[in-house]
Amino acid sequence: MFSWFKYKNYQIFWKEYSKKFKQKQPKSFENTRFVIFDTETTGLDIYNDRILSIGAIGIFNHNIDVADSYEVYLKQEAFKAETVEIHGILKEGKLTKLPEAQAMEQFVNYIGNAVLVAHHTAFDIEMINAALKRMDLPKLRNKTIDTGILYKKLEGKKDSHFNLDVLSSEFNIPKHDRHTAAGDAFITALLFLKIVSKLKKERNLHYSDLFRVSGKEGLM
Amino acid sequence: MKNTIAERIYDFLKNFPPFDVLEKEQLFKIASNVKVTYIEKDNFVFKQEENPHEHFYVVKDGAIGLYRDMDNEQILVDICDEGDIFGLRPLIQNDLYLMSAKANEESVLYAVSVEILKEIIETNDKVKKFLIASFSSNIKTPYAKGTNGQLFANIEMLQTSNSSFTEIQSAEFSKNPVTTLKTATIKEAAKIMSEKRVGSILIVENKNPIGIITDKDLRSKIATGLVSIDESVTAIMSSPVKTFKQKITVAEAQIAMIKNKITHLCITKDGTNKTELIGVLSEHDIVVMHGNNPSLLIKKVSRAKDVNSLKYIREKASNLLQGYIEQNIPIIFISKIISEINEAITIKAIELSLEEMDKEPPVKFGWLALGSQGRKEQLLMTDQDNALVFEDVPSEKYQPTKQYFLQLAKKITEKLNVIGFEYCPADMMASNPKWCLSLSEWKNQFDSWIKTPTEDAMMMCTIFFDFDLVFGDKKLVYEMSESIFKSIESFEIFLNFMGRNALRNPPPIGFFRQFLVENDGEHKDQFDIKSRALMPLVDAARLLTLSHSIKDKNNTISRFKKLAKAEPKNEDLYLSCIDSFKILLQFRTQQGLTNNDSGRYVDLNKLSKSEKLSLKGCFKPIRDVQDLLNIRYNLAQMM
Repeated sequence: MFSWFKYKNYQIFWKEYSKKFKQKQPKSFENTRFVIFDTETTGLDIYNDRILSIGAIGIFNHNIDVADSYEVYLKQEAFKAETVEIHGILKEGKLTKLPEAQAMEQFVNYIGNAVLVAHHTAFDIEMINAALKRMDLPKLRNKTIDTGILYKKLEGKKDSHFNLDVLSSEFNIPKHDRHTAAGDAFITALLFLKIVSKLKKERNLHYSDLFRVSGKEGLM
Repeated sequence: MKNTIAERIYDFLKNFPPFDVLEKEQLFKIASNVKVTYIEKDNFVFKQEENPHEHFYVVKDGAIGLYRDMDNEQILVDICDEGDIFGLRPLIQNDLYLMSAKANEESVLYAVSVEILKEIIETNDKVKKFLIASFSSNIKTPYAKGTNGQLFANIEMLQTSNSSFTEIQSAEFSKNPVTTLKTATIKEAAKIMSEKRVGSILIVENKNPIGIITDKDLRSKIATGLVSIDESVTAIMSSPVKTFKQKITVAEAQIAMIKNKITHLCITKDGTNKTELIGVLSEHDIVVMHGNNPSLLIKKVSRAKDVNSLKYIREKASNLLQGYIEQNIPIIFISKIISEINEAITIKAIELSLEEMDKEPPVKFGWLALGSQGRKEQLLMTDQDNALVFEDVPSEKYQPTKQYFLQLAKKITEKLNVIGFEYCPADMMASNPKWCLSLSEWKNQFDSWIKTPTEDAMMMCTIFFDFDLVFGDKKLVYEMSESIFKSIESFEIFLNFMGRNALRNPPPIGFFRQFLVENDGEHKDQFDIKSRALMPLVDAARLLTLSHSIKDKNNTISRFKKLAKAEPKNEDLYLSCIDSFKILLQFRTQQGLTNNDSGRYVDLNKLSKSEKLSLKGCFKPIRDVQDLLNIRYNLAQMM
């Protein structure tokens, strides 16, 4: 009875979410809401590892909007001591943590139909999709941009693969709060603005170019 | 809920005024509503005359230059770097942006909602005071300089009158000017003026201003009987009139009045005399707005009857200078105004001395300012550097003529000394028989310096080539300049010597980007900003203008401007030299005012990090222009 009630709730938020994709989607950079996000996880295995936290922040009309940000910590049974030194999230820390299902609902409500941006998007999206699957929900429907791939569109960077540390140094972005989901999301947001601004300067950048994936995609 | 990003922004903002005086919750609210913007180098955040944004800005990383367009050029008013706020005043006062903000390097900005700040201003008195003070003084962080009495007085005045009077503020003008048509007679116009109790009347045609009549015209042209009162107003009106845009600032208006020797400016719709007249700005309006005013000082100078009143005015001018520097008024304005005042004082001293002489000057003569005074770059009280030239006379008359002018020069230099211009320790003054010469003697002197370029001769050239006529006959001075160019033409290698002389001051920065300081002497470990930073630019500008035979340009900034036009491929370099020169001059003046000296030696330990950075930023153009001289005059071989 109780689980049926919960299941129905999920349906409503998911229906609301899906409805947002029936509207006409914006066609220019200035009118698009981008959500830049990052997840901290117990590891890199999409099936066995779990999300520990999500940090996200919105960009609209070239502005990173701090008021439009989202940060959540998740209650997880799965826990690996060896990754604690990367993300610093203890199993029983002082942070308020939400059950995965509740966090997913909030996150999905928050992102709406925004374009999702992350550094190496594929992994973060798969982690979210895996969590949604555990709730018997389909995959996210949002368009995505990978700043790692976007970077390669810059002149002379075609064959470069770099992690967030190297790129934030190259683009003079201070590495505060590195390896917290919110901190990395913020760094990625600045990186995104700087790459887009550079691309615009190099050539006549069309909105659709942002989504074009040339060559291979995947985890790097 | 945890908000890492807002916390980080909070941590940054809390270090800078006015955020440092906010309550914790207030600042956290601001931080969690910040918008973060990235601006690429040379892109604008906003432009002058634009409608204000909903946000003002705090520089997180990078540097934003604030520019004001004046006379078709962009004047750098201020540079904001980490923690500085800008673009706030128009939001609070519901006004257009008075300046443009452009990224001097790529920058990240925090945009802060003015609505939240307005709420806070209601409850937080400290923030309110900070903001009013920063608007009234136009300095970024008034509290950082210590709250002096003057600043406080400003706050009081502003709180009661609810408006702010600074040089960069728009000037308030009379919105309903008294006008008449050109068909009116002088008598009718005068009647209107006395009915409306105004000192001026505008003559309009289709609402466009075509002329102006002031009280002075009535006094000098009607009361004297020169023109009949029944004639048309067009007979005595001054025409065409000087017209300006609505957004004219107090400083611009003052400059315009001084430059055109007028007391009324017409404000029209688009700033030309082809559109509707919307107001008049009189000198009186400005005096009311701004007590201590340069055109008023100049007026006082011309009314002065003795040396003591000149001395008093000179002191007033120093106060004015101090105020300008504190308000961060562009250095071009300051040096123009101060030079005008100094020049007016010198002219008055000459006139008073002439009155004391038994007879009129036997022939025409010219009084020359030399060196930095000649270049109009002298801001602080300094030594006199001057010379005198008189017309050639037959040899039997030479001695008495020279004696006359020496006696005159002695009187003038004595007066200037009393006024506050110290005697030149090297005796480079017109009272010295060596520098009180006839035109042919000067020509010979220049010729011999040019053709025997010893080190001493080169030094003389650097001082005497920057002469500027203060009083007397223009033609004499013109012939002096001509003779210099003629001598150089016949002896071009002189320019190479001049180049070597220009490079005698090593570049200001060492291999490891540290400042080069004096090794010994009274100023050990201090940085000599005059000879290491300013003089290389002055010398380079002089040499390059001489090589182009550019005449009538004695000022370093105008020399570089002219050079930028003459050598388009080096335009960027010359323009950056101008920027550096302005910053260095302002810096030196500020140092001089703070330490009450010439400002020449800078104690590096007393500079803040940002001051050091801004100084270092000026050194690149110095090195670049020295490199250019080196190559152009093949100096490596001569050294």
